[in-house]
Amino acid sequence: MEMVNMIIDGGKFKVPKNFTILEATRIAGVKVPTLCNHPELRPEGNCRVCVVEVKGARSLVASCVYPVSEGMVVNTNSPAIREARRMVVELLLANHPQDCLSCQRNLHCELQTIAAEVGVRQVRFDGEKKNYPLDNSNPSLVRDQNKCIVCGRCIRACSERQGVHVYSFANRGFNTTVVPAFNQGLDKVSCTYCGQCASVCPTGAIVIKDDTAPVWQALANPAKHVVVQTAPAVRVALGEALGMPPGSVVTGKMVAALKRLGFSKVFDTNFSADLTIMEEGAEFLDRLKNGGTLPMITSCSPGWVNFAELFYPDLLDHLSTAKSPQQMFGALVKTYYAEQAKLDPANVISVSIMPCTAKKAEAIRTEMCASGYRDVDYVLTTTELAKMIQEAGIDFHFLAEENYDDPMGIATGAGVIFGASGGVMEAALRTVSELITGEELECIDFKDVRGLKGVKEATLDIGGTEVRVAVVHTLLNARKIMDKIRAGEANYHFIEIMACPGGCIGGGGQPISMTNDFRQKRIDGIYECDTKSTIRKSHLNPAIKELYTSWLGEPLGEKSHKLLHTHYHQQYRD
Amino acid sequence: MSNQCKCNCGGKSNAFTQLDEILSKYQNTKGALIPVLQEAQSAYGYLAREVVDYIAEKMNIPVSQIYGVVTFYSQFHLNPRGKNIIRVCQGTACHVRGAKAILKAVEDNLKIAAGETTSDLNFTLETVACLGACGLAPVMMVNDDTHGRLTPEGITEILDKYR
Repeated sequence: MEMVNMIIDGGKFKVPKNFTILEATRIAGVKVPTLCNHPELRPEGNCRVCVVEVKGARSLVASCVYPVSEGMVVNTNSPAIREARRMVVELLLANHPQDCLSCQRNLHCELQTIAAEVGVRQVRFDGEKKNYPLDNSNPSLVRDQNKCIVCGRCIRACSERQGVHVYSFANRGFNTTVVPAFNQGLDKVSCTYCGQCASVCPTGAIVIKDDTAPVWQALANPAKHVVVQTAPAVRVALGEALGMPPGSVVTGKMVAALKRLGFSKVFDTNFSADLTIMEEGAEFLDRLKNGGTLPMITSCSPGWVNFAELFYPDLLDHLSTAKSPQQMFGALVKTYYAEQAKLDPANVISVSIMPCTAKKAEAIRTEMCASGYRDVDYVLTTTELAKMIQEAGIDFHFLAEENYDDPMGIATGAGVIFGASGGVMEAALRTVSELITGEELECIDFKDVRGLKGVKEATLDIGGTEVRVAVVHTLLNARKIMDKIRAGEANYHFIEIMACPGGCIGGGGQPISMTNDFRQKRIDGIYECDTKSTIRKSHLNPAIKELYTSWLGEPLGEKSHKLLHTHYHQQYRD
Repeated sequence: MSNQCKCNCGGKSNAFTQLDEILSKYQNTKGALIPVLQEAQSAYGYLAREVVDYIAEKMNIPVSQIYGVVTFYSQFHLNPRGKNIIRVCQGTACHVRGAKAILKAVEDNLKIAAGETTSDLNFTLETVACLGACGLAPVMMVNDDTHGRLTPEGITEILDKYR
């Protein structure tokens, strides 16, 4: 790599030629404050908080967009720079609602942090305030433009990461806003509710819809039997939301905390992930043998399902009809479980803890009432659960680990890896291989489909049958592969698609992390759970076997069809 | 999302024949969005939602981005424009000579706010930063006619000429 010599704050440094000044200052151990800049998004230089002095330049420059050059002399710390940064933040605060104490992002707000870091002690300007209505139009996200600092990160996340292009800057000057087309609510545009915009928003302008109130209410109602399921990716991120290092595996503490909160039963979505593999695996084999629509594509990620229904309605036959683990679980809670536990399903409240904002929308789809009741009553994200734990005064660090309840808390390593990109595919392959060959699979780690690469491909020989698979994450990559399918250029048999980067571990409902490698750490946590599992193949889960023998019958059977499978339809939003 | 025809023709007629001609003229030109929008607006009078959606689909540009461009430039209009365009000056000279009261008088008379169009599509009311006629302040234009040394009381008489 070609390097250039430069001087930063008097020290000599060699930095790659393609770096910006901001990147170079990181090498120099300087923490230049940033706000509109995001380590994973294209820099735009909108906010000017990161200004520095470049010798010879007429004015301060925005370091996030200014390329380095040979012999450049940069100063990052002078009275003029500090005053300029403080002024920028003060001006942002001048028309910002100063309701930090009651804001959802209180203590997790980058604007708040930066105001403290640059030393704002007074806001000298009393600016005109904005007065935009709240966008509360949809089940997943709440937008408050009054808190928007027009940094444009959400625009970039939605277009660069997801290829969905919901947001754009609109209007001009003081009236500049970040809005969906025609200033409509997210429910009226092609929003998949993936929540990646909320996960890059530095303030409280885009936040996760808070559904904790009805859950608190249900927990306080002695007439209700409140059951909770926890998704695989929650256990590797909840600790992070409660002050532990990224990737901490907190399964046992989480179960204990949920019991303390008053849930009657704490179950594991991994159980229904195993069930998903049974149904989806059987469906795949059926399609393979009987000439069904191929490639078959996974349907666990509701952000991805929304995306398919919005942008690829002609290809919906490719989606597995198997419901997502959340919805399979929901359908069983008020039928199978209620029967076993001799409960009136009308008194059972089914709550799920998910890393995902789109799951909130999935749970209220009209067809998700297979049990005769709302299959999943409330969906809380990882961050909402963290908030409940804090609100209840539970000291998470000191909690002793507890185990999930039986029978829907029994799960395999194949279930837990659903939380990472490639996990559904790997879990399916572990089961499908044995179903095809009838022999025990020796090496069950399908490492080609793991990791953070955008598109992963593998060709496998399963008992003489060649199976070509692909795994993609982020909707931008989904678009690429769907366009290939539409053009007839994708010769895969089976594709896994997850909407969020890294899969569910990088979901919109997860704690916001600016650590560059936080996703890998969460992924490592997921595979750690898998390797530590005694059973690592879904079809060997004794609780799943029991479920089929005593109640459900066969995969793809009549009861399965009614409870565990669904259909997709084109979405019209306006 | 959908670009289906929203009238009652059942999708049989293509209401966008003119627009198709404009689009085909620019189909191989990069960065043609603004000229397409300008020509579409001059063909249809304003940029209706359906027109913007259609342009987005045909040019393969996200509709959110086109909305951003349309709202950035004051030359583009998303709503029908009135037969008469009133532009009330809010420049410095007019401001010190009572432009706010003039604007309010026009708004009260037409029962619309600045930026809006009367429901009978007779008037569109806009503000401008300076009309370059500071000697006549406070001033406004109706179409190509300049009206100066305005008083709030005189507004009705002027507007009545255009009714």
